Amino acid sequence: MAKRIEASNVSSYYGSFKAIDSVSMTVEPKTITALIGPSGCGKSTFLRSVNRMHEVLPNARIEGRLTIDDQNIYDADVDVTAVRRMIGMVFQRPNPFPTMSIYENAVAGLKLNGVKKKALLDEAAEKSLRAANLWDEVKDRLDRPGAGLSGGQQQRLCIARTIAVEPQVVLMDEPCSALDPISTLAIEDLMFKLKDRFTIIIVTHNMQQAARVSDKTGFFSIDKTGDPGRLIEYDDTQKIFSNPTQKKTEDYITGRFG
Amino acid sequence: MGEYPSRSVNATAGDSGVTSGYARGAGSGVSPSSYQEPPLGGGSALPKKTRFSVETGFRGLSTAAGAMVLVIIIAIAVFLVSKAVPALQANTANFLTEKTWFPNDAEPVFGIAALAFGTVLSSIIALIVAVPIALAIALFLSHYAPRRLATPLGFVIDLLAAVPSVVFGLWGRDVLQVPVRNFSVWLNEYFGWLPIFGGEGPFGQSIMLGGLVLAIMVLPIVTSLSREVFQQTPGMNEEAALALGATRWEMIRTAVLPYGKPGVIAAVMLGLGRALGETIALALTLGITFNISFNLIENGGNSIAANIANTFGEANATGRGALIASGLVLFAITLVVNMTARAIIYRRREFRDSAA
Repeated sequence: MAKRIEASNVSSYYGSFKAIDSVSMTVEPKTITALIGPSGCGKSTFLRSVNRMHEVLPNARIEGRLTIDDQNIYDADVDVTAVRRMIGMVFQRPNPFPTMSIYENAVAGLKLNGVKKKALLDEAAEKSLRAANLWDEVKDRLDRPGAGLSGGQQQRLCIARTIAVEPQVVLMDEPCSALDPISTLAIEDLMFKLKDRFTIIIVTHNMQQAARVSDKTGFFSIDKTGDPGRLIEYDDTQKIFSNPTQKKTEDYITGRFG
Repeated sequence: MGEYPSRSVNATAGDSGVTSGYARGAGSGVSPSSYQEPPLGGGSALPKKTRFSVETGFRGLSTAAGAMVLVIIIAIAVFLVSKAVPALQANTANFLTEKTWFPNDAEPVFGIAALAFGTVLSSIIALIVAVPIALAIALFLSHYAPRRLATPLGFVIDLLAAVPSVVFGLWGRDVLQVPVRNFSVWLNEYFGWLPIFGGEGPFGQSIMLGGLVLAIMVLPIVTSLSREVFQQTPGMNEEAALALGATRWEMIRTAVLPYGKPGVIAAVMLGLGRALGETIALALTLGITFNISFNLIENGGNSIAANIANTFGEANATGRGALIASGLVLFAITLVVNMTARAIIYRRREFRDSAA
């Protein structure tokens, strides 16, 4: 169910602008990896490179090698939609499809992949909504618009939609930054639960969150505006937050950055 | 790096502001203690509300403008009905079911049936032809074409909307008629067993020709409005679909089309409104007959607006009243179309409003 991700010398570009420079890291299966760092340091760009969402933007491209269980996802003969099905993504702002009901949102990915049987869809909807800790709150109003839920519920609906297609890896791009503390806690609890089944990479600005939920932490930084972001340090979360080897990391996590 | 220059610019601006303020105070010769006016933020007793201000005047003006619309509409309605009623009373046939149009005779005989039928049929053909093409163009422009191709192409399509309808009519009559006639002969030969393609001819100046010209005329409206709607699809919904493993077309089906549906319906209805009301292009391209026939390729067809243009010149008082009555029917048809469209848009409103 969960797979290892290996990035070696990954550089991502927007046109001629180099956003991240030669990032290498290995993410073990069934772990949570947090990516932290100041704004504009390329964490999100790296995350979007992992499921080939980076290239959706015009003129965006990538160099280097990114493998999932030793298969390079950037090989010319790889089907990009298969990569994205294997590596799901939850975005910063909750983005349920506004024209769809809660139920339709939950099974949107399955329908895209050609699942038509009502029984299968019903089962998958309940399973994924339960896994996203949302079932009890919405089971009586599955036909209501997904966009009518609260922000935290919407984000859990998006997580349900992502895990309904049974991906190997779940990427989360600041999933809690638009949510209140209680909804944030609900999502963090959920991440612990999902760790049993998925490899999770989460970008966050909240260092307490990184310390609370992750097994490993990667710290990204830039020297100055216009320079590409680099992976400064990548280690066990406990080590990063108690005894980092790099001065920059220490400055950042103690709030003395810049 | 870029911050330093802007900071220094700000600093200078601040300096000059302070200096000029000081200079003004000194120049007027008033010391700060005997300052007459209170500062803008208040400081003394609250001033009274101005009785007549620009605010009051503007509110009156905009209310008057709003009321004017109602007055004009009512005035037009009263005028039309007052002209139409005497003609309808003089009519010796049933206005709604009679097909022929002889309102100028001593015993007027006229009815709207054939005209209304022709109007609706030609407009439906126009939409059947134009809407799929328009949606395809709109999707191409908004989601497939590279920007440097999409911009000029969109401009060309908007330009198509600027061509006067009389030019379309002349073009349809002189240029398009020959290929349509040849095509009609071919259709008649191989698909003549279908009633819509049957008949003995002559072919050419048919509902099909009129419908095709109308299709070209409504194409730009439907295209540019749909394109606008498709472009407004939230990027995050498109990304959500892509991240679930959708191909580009699946993404369009999942995120773009459902989101744009009400807008597309509105665009189609606007196109239909234009097609229903189109006058001169149909007056020039249709064969002008007064019968009800689903045959698309034989010479014939007519529409309410085209009939008004064709017969207004030689109409007497009753004839003009009859034409005005036909105009009222056209108005009723467009009203029904518009209300239907609103009803369709309203039905799934909940799913759109909660998205905002």
